[in-house]
Order: sequence, then structure tokens, then C-alpha cells
Amino acid sequence: MADAGNDYRLRCLKQMLRIRLVEETIAERYAEQEMRCPVHLSIGQEASAVGVCDALLPDDRLFSSHRSHAHYLAKGGNLKAMMAEIYGKRDGCIGGRGGSMHLMDPDVGMMASIPIVASSIPLATGTALSDKFDNSGKVTISFLGDACLEEGVFHESANFARLRGLPIVYVCENNLYSVYTNLADRQPDRPLTDIPAAHGIAHRHVDGNDLEAVREAALWAVETARSGNPTFLQLDTYRWREHCGPNYDNHIGYRTEEEFQTWHAQDPLDRYRKALEGNGTLGAASFAALEQGIQAEVDDAFAFAVNSPLPEPTEALAHVYA
Amino acid sequence: MSMPETTNAPDRPVINMGTAIRDGLLEAAQRDPSVIFFGEGVEDPAALFGTLKDIGKHIGHDRMIEMPIAENGLIGIAIGAAMAGKRPVVSLQRVEFALLALEQILNNAAKTHYVSNGRHKVPLVLRMIVGRGWGQGPEHSQSMEAIFAHVPGLKVIMPAFAEDAKGMIAAAVEDDNPVVVIEHRWSHYTTSPVAEGYVHRPLDGPRTVREGDGLTIVATSYMTLEAVRAADKLAEAGYPVEVLDLRVIRPLNLDPIVESVARTGRLLTVDTGFRMFGIGAEIASEVTLRCFDILEAAPIRLGLPDHPTPSSRGLVRGFYPDAARIARTAAEMMGLDEAKIAAIEEDILADRKGLPLDVPDPFFKGPF
Repeated sequence: MADAGNDYRLRCLKQMLRIRLVEETIAERYAEQEMRCPVHLSIGQEASAVGVCDALLPDDRLFSSHRSHAHYLAKGGNLKAMMAEIYGKRDGCIGGRGGSMHLMDPDVGMMASIPIVASSIPLATGTALSDKFDNSGKVTISFLGDACLEEGVFHESANFARLRGLPIVYVCENNLYSVYTNLADRQPDRPLTDIPAAHGIAHRHVDGNDLEAVREAALWAVETARSGNPTFLQLDTYRWREHCGPNYDNHIGYRTEEEFQTWHAQDPLDRYRKALEGNGTLGAASFAALEQGIQAEVDDAFAFAVNSPLPEPTEALAHVYA
Repeated sequence: MSMPETTNAPDRPVINMGTAIRDGLLEAAQRDPSVIFFGEGVEDPAALFGTLKDIGKHIGHDRMIEMPIAENGLIGIAIGAAMAGKRPVVSLQRVEFALLALEQILNNAAKTHYVSNGRHKVPLVLRMIVGRGWGQGPEHSQSMEAIFAHVPGLKVIMPAFAEDAKGMIAAAVEDDNPVVVIEHRWSHYTTSPVAEGYVHRPLDGPRTVREGDGLTIVATSYMTLEAVRAADKLAEAGYPVEVLDLRVIRPLNLDPIVESVARTGRLLTVDTGFRMFGIGAEIASEVTLRCFDILEAAPIRLGLPDHPTPSSRGLVRGFYPDAARIARTAAEMMGLDEAKIAAIEEDILADRKGLPLDVPDPFFKGPF
């Protein structure tokens, strides 16, 4: 979590802004072809990552998917190590072994990101099982997309989590698309929350672009899970850019410019900034100052990544076995 | 290393391999409270062919986790628990149920230590049983070791003898890597004197179970028993051959095999799995590479033919390699004349006394 004093509102605004600036910089510099791995940007989805992670304790755990940058940063993952990983460098969070789709920083509870759809859901359920055994008080967050509800392994995990009363929160970021395919072409017209309900899992459905709503729902979900009752959050949001890569792709025909603009107007960062300016938490000048300070940190992290050496081929042999 | 002595001793009662595995699991679980068990029917009356019998009574039922019928999810959950410090042992009634969980096994179990640059470990045991006989048919009798052995990061072991199995299963539980344990159902019945208490056998490679200089047989799991019988008959006829029980499929330790073939000049492999793309192919290829100029015959692989396992005892005739075929193949490779080969073959078949081929031969019960 970013350090912004005790006011969670400034802390969350700063964290959303930081994620936005990191990813805008990735998008801007991707054409340099030095970040030579697929990138799945979360621009437009920052409120879900930040609102959920702000409800966590430092020792709580988190698992993510291919679209992991926002989750990693919101959980407190090291920015320099993230950028070095995306640049394929030795100082990457996992030494260049995974790239953007495998970001992790276990020291801060960012357990793993797994790019096969739904594959990290049982892992998250497993750490929750272990924590329940140990009575550790930790909660695990399992971030998943709308398409994960189509995967059998979600149902297998949810069934077991409810059966065993595991401390886990399944957070469904519903951005309406699996690559180019709309939710309506993949699932019948019924509430997504019918699925956790069928597994007997308590759930809430909120506007995923409303930081306050996400955070409030997450506080409920996390504390409920901590008491041994798994929970499910549906957070509706929208990815602004293409599924994989730095560009906008509204022109290629799978979604409309009009739909994009409707969601763009619901920019979670801009909404929260205006809310905080409106209630006097944030002065007009201070956002620009915040932006400037964070951009300097981001530029530093990119410089660190660029200057870090590439790993040597011999290093690829390490850690096949423990 | 030679075979264990067959004589009974007060501290080495003769027990079967299934019981030995159960005892090894219990010892390992009693030594380490992080060991937990997953299984479909993990505490049911059958106790996975007895291999989990009463473990919960000794270590606490809370450590015995009943698996809903959801192999991919529950093996993924076991992997996650392993990442958080547990040592889960997942027991599957047949190898084929693991196929539902290949995504979790091949991606997350095998790769998490590697991808995390060593930051995570996955100390996980995945036990799976190979069925055979009584018409089990195409989807209850595959051993599939080649699939798991193909993937870096997994360890794959196939014990054949009771005491070795007891020590190997303890080593598997203590290993910081995911270990796939493929147990042949017919090996469960075999007996040998097994040391009481804690036994540990390192997962380090093949063991020599018969010595000889005519030829090297490398066999896995139950096929080691068929190979031993063939070797004993060949030895009686004056043609001793070496039998190596492969034990550990991955990581594959070729050195003892190469050392043996360097003496014998001939290699015969016998798999419990399909011959095509099987373990024998890997061994034959590597040994040929390293011993090319000293080979006196082309390596030969025995294994299952290139079709699924049928159920009917009519269709399954000749499907499995057996001691008679192993002896014939070995004898032909050594250049014995047909009369001698036929005599050895007939001797082996006579011992079977017309027993139906879909039940285990009592010979193989041991004690070994």
C-alpha cells in the first residue's frame, strides 16, 4: 500500500494514480520493443485492485491472473522489480522467468499470477486451507475474470471453500470481454452472483469503478472471510485498451466506440479525484504535484529496469528442482 | 545393491507393498505435522486399497481431507496448500483420474518453484494407481508415466518392492518437489521383509536386483518382477543377465544403466506403459548415444502394443509383456539357439500352471 498518511482516501487515490501512470508509461514505451513479453493492461480497472487491497492486512495473500500489474502494485509489490521483470532482466521479481503474466512478490503476500484462465483459483483456495489449518488469521484474495465463471475449476474451488469454511474472497472483475468475446455470447442472461449463491457463498455486486463502493464491499468480504465464511464480489468494470498490448482497438469491430465512451466516462481515477476535490480532501494543485512525484518514481523504475542486466542462459537451469 | 534377503527376521516382518506404503506414509506423517492427506474416500472402509488404513486414527482425522469429486480443483488446492507450507499427499484410485488435473499438475505443480525463481516450493505427493486384470479395460489400467516424466519440475517414481516402496514413499513426502508416485495395483500384493519403524530410501536412481553379464534389462514397476523371473530362469540355464529396477523415472539417473551396458553390451527395456514414446525409448536413445561403439546388439524395448487396453480376457492375450517374452527376447539378443530359448520359455509357462492371465501370478507375491 502506498504511503499517503492515515487518510485511506488519499492513499487509494495515490495508488490508483500510480498504477495508471505505470501502465500508461508501459503503453507509451512498448513500441521501443524492449519490453519483449505480452502485456495485459488494467487501465480503467484500477479501482477494483486498489479498493480490494486497501481492505487487506499486510500478511493477507493474493493471487492474480495474466492481467496482474494492478493487483501486484496494489498489494505492495516492488515496482522496480516489476518493471525489470517485464524488461526480462535479472533484477526482475522472478529473475525474468515469467514476465508480465507471472508477477509475484511473496514477501508482501503477492503469491503468484497465473496466466491460464482460472488456474490460480484453486491455488488461492489452497493457501486459504493451509491458513485455516494454522489458524493464522490470514485471508486470501483470488482475483478472477468473468470468464473464470465458465471454468470448472472455479466451481470445484468454490464448492470446497464453502464446504470447509475457508478464509477466501473470490473477486470477480467483470470487464465484459474474454479477449474479443462478449459475456452475452458466453453465458446465459442471469446474474453472475447466482453462481456463488448456488455454492452457498455470500456475495455482493457493486460498481467496480467506484473506489468507495469497492472498498466498502471488500471490507465486508474480507472480514466475513476472516471469520471462516468465503465470500464473492462482483465488480463491474471495463478494460480500455486491447486484451493484450498497448493499443486501443475499438475500431476492429468487436465492441463499439460508443460503448467504450460510456465506460470511459466512468473512469475510476477521474471519478475519485473529482470526489476528493469536491469534498475538500484534495486541493486542485495537489493532484498535479502527486502526479509529478509519482511519474518521477515510475521513470526511476523504468531506468532501473533498462539498466539491469539480462540474465545469462546458464541461469535458466537453476530451480528446476528445489 | 542386491535384492533384500527373503528370510524373515523379528524386526523385518514380511508384509505386502500396499501395507508397506501405508506404514511409510504413517511414519512420515507422524514425523511432520505439516503432512496432510487428500483423497476421494480418504477414510472410507476400503482406505484406498488399504494404503491409507487407520492413518487418521493415528494423526487426527482433521489431517485427512475428503476430496469432493473434483480432481483439478483439489489437486490445485493441494498445490496452494503446499505453497503455504503444507506437505499434501493426494491419493488417486487410478492414474486416469489425474488426467482431469493435468492443467494443475503440469503447469502449477511442476513450474511454480522454477517460475518463482526459487521463492516458492511445492512439496506435494501425487499417488496414482495402475490397474490391471479382471477386465479393467482402457480407462482403468494405464500407467502414463511418460506423460508426467516429460515435464521438467516433476519427479516420477515407480516402486516395485515392499521395503523400497516404504522408504521411497517417505522420501517422496519429505521431498521439497512435487513427486508423482505411480503404484501398480499388482505390486501392492507383493511381499518382502520390511524393516519396522522409519525407513528412508533416497530417490536417486536404479537399483541392481539381479546381476549378470549377458545383457542388461531395465524394467519399471511390476515389469521388474516379470524381468526378475525371466532372469532367474535364464540364470538357471546358464545365462545370467542383469536386472535394474529403474525406480526413479525422473530425474533420470542413466549412469548405473550405462555402467551396466558397458559391461554387458546389450540393453532390453520393459515398460508398464505403451512402448511407443515410452520410458524405454528415452533410455534406449540415451544409452545408444553413450554406448554406441560397444553395443553388441540393437537395444530392444518391450511395452504395451499400440492400441488401448481392451477389457476382455480374450482380447488381452499377449497384451502385457511377461517373463516368457522377456526371456525369449533376451535370449535371442544373446544369440541362444531356438531349442534353448523354447526350453526356457516352456519352463516359465509351466510354472504358471494354466492360471488365467487376468489375475496376478502367485509367484509374484514373493516374498522377494
